[in-house]
Amino acid sequence: MSDTPLAAVVAPPPHDRPLPEAVRLLARRHRPRSYEAIPWLVAIAGYFAFPDYLQLGAQVFIAILFALATDLILGYGGVITLGQAAFFGSGAYVCGIVSAHGWTEPLTLVVIGAAAAALVGLVSGFVVLRTSGLTQLMLTLIVAVMLGEAANKATSVTGGANGLQGMVISPILGIFDFDLYGQTAYIYCLVLLFLGWLAVRIIVYSPFGRTLTGIRESEARMHAIGSPVFRRRLTAYVISAALCGVAGALLAETTSLVALDALSFERSGAVVIMLIIGGLGRLYGAFLGVPIYMILQDRFAQADPTYWYFWIGIFLLAIVLFARGGILGLIERAARLVRK
Amino acid sequence: MSDIAAALETRGLERSFGALRVTRHVDFRLEPGARHALIGPNGAGKTTFINLVTGALTPSAGTILLGGADVTALAQEQRVKRGLGRTFQINTLFRGLSVLENVCLSIGEHRGLAGGLFRPAGSHRDVLLAAYALLERLRLADDASRLVRELPYGRQRLVEIAVALGLEPTVLLLDEPAAGVPSAESGIIVDVIESLPADLALLIIEHDMDLVFRLARRITVLDQGAILVEGTPQEIAADSRVREVYLGERGGR
Repeated sequence: MSDTPLAAVVAPPPHDRPLPEAVRLLARRHRPRSYEAIPWLVAIAGYFAFPDYLQLGAQVFIAILFALATDLILGYGGVITLGQAAFFGSGAYVCGIVSAHGWTEPLTLVVIGAAAAALVGLVSGFVVLRTSGLTQLMLTLIVAVMLGEAANKATSVTGGANGLQGMVISPILGIFDFDLYGQTAYIYCLVLLFLGWLAVRIIVYSPFGRTLTGIRESEARMHAIGSPVFRRRLTAYVISAALCGVAGALLAETTSLVALDALSFERSGAVVIMLIIGGLGRLYGAFLGVPIYMILQDRFAQADPTYWYFWIGIFLLAIVLFARGGILGLIERAARLVRK
Repeated sequence: MSDIAAALETRGLERSFGALRVTRHVDFRLEPGARHALIGPNGAGKTTFINLVTGALTPSAGTILLGGADVTALAQEQRVKRGLGRTFQINTLFRGLSVLENVCLSIGEHRGLAGGLFRPAGSHRDVLLAAYALLERLRLADDASRLVRELPYGRQRLVEIAVALGLEPTVLLLDEPAAGVPSAESGIIVDVIESLPADLALLIIEHDMDLVFRLARRITVLDQGAILVEGTPQEIAADSRVREVYLGERGGR
């Protein structure tokens, strides 16, 4: 056996036998599954079932896109971040400022917002991704806080604490105007969420996405198999930032307003909590975590207007202690039990 | 020195941490296809030497050559691309992924596919099949779909070797391949190492003397950062200085 050169061992064997089960499992993993249609069917049904809540629905889609983009870097890339609002806010502000200066075509504004956020991701990623652990966490936080303070000070450009005024958004494709009931906003945000999800899904199942998971699982081993870890992470960071920027630009367009809270720490923190509730690194955690968080926030705020955050905290503790992997993790475990 | 380029060579390798010289002028040569063990008491500088060779540490002075080419200035991943593979003393695997995918990651990286953003990883069937063939060879095929963290430690040690072999290295550094495995179960690891391709140069860092004498055809003894002696297993076993280092007052054990 020791006479066989290594190249002969890892060369593909003749195709005369059925594929081993393990190989077939991996080869099929990226195929679409029926349950993946559920969120989209729910969203389409929601359009007809709740005509009075379409504006809110659009905001939920934006939050899901933001969470999905964050999952790429946090759940898959293993980068600990509390500063994703930096990218969300950059997308929102740049989109809003350009719009207020006279360029009002919504799709190009989204691209501009995404590009701006990607640039922030590229520049900050160069520093943030050279560190790890607590240092990394603090750096992501600092980037967002600095941008927030810059937006607060630069009142002539951003409107400061009063928020950015004077945004004008043209109809989408020159046809669909943003209406009072949010019909256009709902469908527009849903379509862009779908495209964003498609992009993340393709990336997650690509070899690049698998190496991200590898980096999360063991950075030392990725170095040892010759992976350019820093470059991979930076690429993911920029893609994540661009998608966060899309979400921010959508918020600006659908509300015709950008306020300082687009860059706030609360936004960075909430998106991480949403993902932990739904399930990190699972592609669908965002779809569960965001609505659950929003419903809880609504209920707790009604029941206890002063201390609702406390109850969110209790809920989060319960998830972390008893349901690692979030709601999706629970579902996965239940499914495994049923199958056995 | 022979005319053929060594698979791995260090010349005058030095590394200091402050005033502490942990690697002292190491001239080391690993021949192509070698079965070479690196031994020495605790604190002899074995780990530092490995880290210098892989590129995890930068030497204070000296040169490192892979297949005759100077790689001293190259980053870790570039050395891997030039045929340097390694395993870890403590399992360093993708614990949440299946055994098969662990190997797929290294094969994909080796074949330059790992940066791909669009085509699904699962559609690279040649990578999957190559990974599976490697697992069959290491008698891991039955565990291919299991998560690494669900495997017994000894099986994980084999995955360590499988992941490194996925890189089709010319030099393989085995850092205490049987560490943490009860000696009753280390037999299969020894079998696997003995069955590795003859053209692969092996450098085995090991504490377990039984293992060293079973596997190695040449042994280098490190002591206090410097090479104490190098020779065949018989020469090393008979060498009084080695006995002194291991058993004498200065020995760590």
